Amino acid sequence: MQQNKRKLNKGNLHQVKHVVLVLSGKGGVGKSTITTELALALIHAGKKVGILDVDLCGPSIPRMLRVGKPEVHQCDAGWVPVYADPQQQLAIMSIGFLLEDSDEAVIWRGPKKTALIGQFVSDVAWGELDVLLVDTPPGTSDEHLAVLENLRKHRVDGAVLVTTPQAVSTGDVRREITFCKKTAVKILGIVENMSGFVCPHCSECSNIFSKGGGEELAKLTGSVFLGSVPLDPLLAASLEEGQDFLQAFPDSSTYTAISQIANTLLSSLDA
Amino acid sequence: QSLALACRSRFSRTLLRKVPETADFNDSAGERALQERQRQHMARGLPKQKPIAGVKEVIVVASGKGGVGKSTTAVNLALGLMANDQSKSVGLLDADVYGPSVPKLMNLKGNPELTDKNLMRPLVNFGIPCMSMGFLVEEVAPIVWRGLMVMSAIEKLVRQVDWGNLDYLVIDMPPGTGDVQLSITQNIPIAGAVIVSTPQDIALLDARRGAEMFRKVNVPVLGLVQNMSVFQCPKCNHQTHIFGLDGAKELAQTLGVEMLGDIPLHLNIRETSDKGQPVVVSSPDSPEAEAYRRVAAAVVRRLAEHLR
Repeated sequence: MQQNKRKLNKGNLHQVKHVVLVLSGKGGVGKSTITTELALALIHAGKKVGILDVDLCGPSIPRMLRVGKPEVHQCDAGWVPVYADPQQQLAIMSIGFLLEDSDEAVIWRGPKKTALIGQFVSDVAWGELDVLLVDTPPGTSDEHLAVLENLRKHRVDGAVLVTTPQAVSTGDVRREITFCKKTAVKILGIVENMSGFVCPHCSECSNIFSKGGGEELAKLTGSVFLGSVPLDPLLAASLEEGQDFLQAFPDSSTYTAISQIANTLLSSLDA
Repeated sequence: QSLALACRSRFSRTLLRKVPETADFNDSAGERALQERQRQHMARGLPKQKPIAGVKEVIVVASGKGGVGKSTTAVNLALGLMANDQSKSVGLLDADVYGPSVPKLMNLKGNPELTDKNLMRPLVNFGIPCMSMGFLVEEVAPIVWRGLMVMSAIEKLVRQVDWGNLDYLVIDMPPGTGDVQLSITQNIPIAGAVIVSTPQDIALLDARRGAEMFRKVNVPVLGLVQNMSVFQCPKCNHQTHIFGLDGAKELAQTLGVEMLGDIPLHLNIRETSDKGQPVVVSSPDSPEAEAYRRVAAAVVRRLAEHLR
């Protein structure tokens, strides 16, 4: 009886080795995409991974992993996460699973969002995980503050910042970097997404969203540059289908980019 | 505050007492009357919508999803409205408190001056008066505010600005369906909403939620804009639908709303945006600028249709 009490007091994040936030500040740069691909890369490297999707207004993770609309069950320790695979290597929690209708709009003000995120952090029975990735919405608001406040009892290894190369994105991400410094969240590195598009017909590279902005931002703020991921229609299509891009296209430059980023991230976490 | 709550429950008790005890609950007319009374009672509790002084019509540009091009579309829509009819005066309000893009896109910087009446004077470029949180804070400073604080900031950006007389005020909304969206739609009468999306499913999911939100708060949806629809390689002219094909058109059909336009993914749009020289004014003869002007014309037509 005493032993059970002690276990409960340690909290649901007790057996989670590393917690990594995926932030941006700017919307639509590929936070959920990068979170999903990093999770898959880490799983292929033999790790047990969890994804906590705290984007309450626009939960993208369930769609990207095509887990459908499973029921969320309760156990003694709280909510049981949804597993994306039968081997239970990838655990997910998102508000997407709790909505009756997937088209339902979550039109909540801050306090309600804060309360649910508190529950997502403390009341999900994650079990043993090597890495818990936290996918966030754009901005620096209730959701971000709620996540940080609730994770304070547990260690946060740091944040990966995602940006596209163009000026409107890097501007917002600069703000997010300041936010991390103010809230003492270590910046594990910056990922430049949608960096260049290679025409499938003639292989000409067009910098639709500019190029190098992420790398410059890393230099400017003294952060680690984790790498660039190109704008790849195959990646976009895989996410629409819920396909494992890394398994399907191991020869692509996108695969190389994502694997390198995952490896760098793992080394800095294990260091 | 607790007194108000006590009064409200007294009102609802009075309301229910008015329903005769012998009411037949299968009586649909009686039920409808009760629902109508309840609706009126609830409506009394919501904030009153107050129009912005001097502004004729308010158009919001929203999406639900981040990064689909709301700000780029809002800026070029405002410029397009003026380009199509030079007699119209158009203003631009950047309601994205956390990630204000309008200063960059409109090449505007600096703190707004105050008028004699203590109103903020909007910054003007290309003939469009603009107001944004970006003018009030340092470029690198994050706005780490909870929703409730954001509400009062939005109120200031809307009401404490000397807009003058405007035919249209275009409001660039932030992504999501939360505090900012609720504050704006509950406090200002809105002529219509333009929903921007890319063809991707993941964007459409959120666009659908955005449309649902407007339906719930009784804001008419003027239509959808499909952004980043197709990319044409500048070297070989091969067309790639990077973000999918026609997804937004299909969503428009499902939701029963109109397609206001289709904007291609073109380097020129991003390059001119980064320079703060929006494509409608810097390359007015380009097909991209023409696409935005067509969206502006469709918005004006839909507004007129809705008024009728």
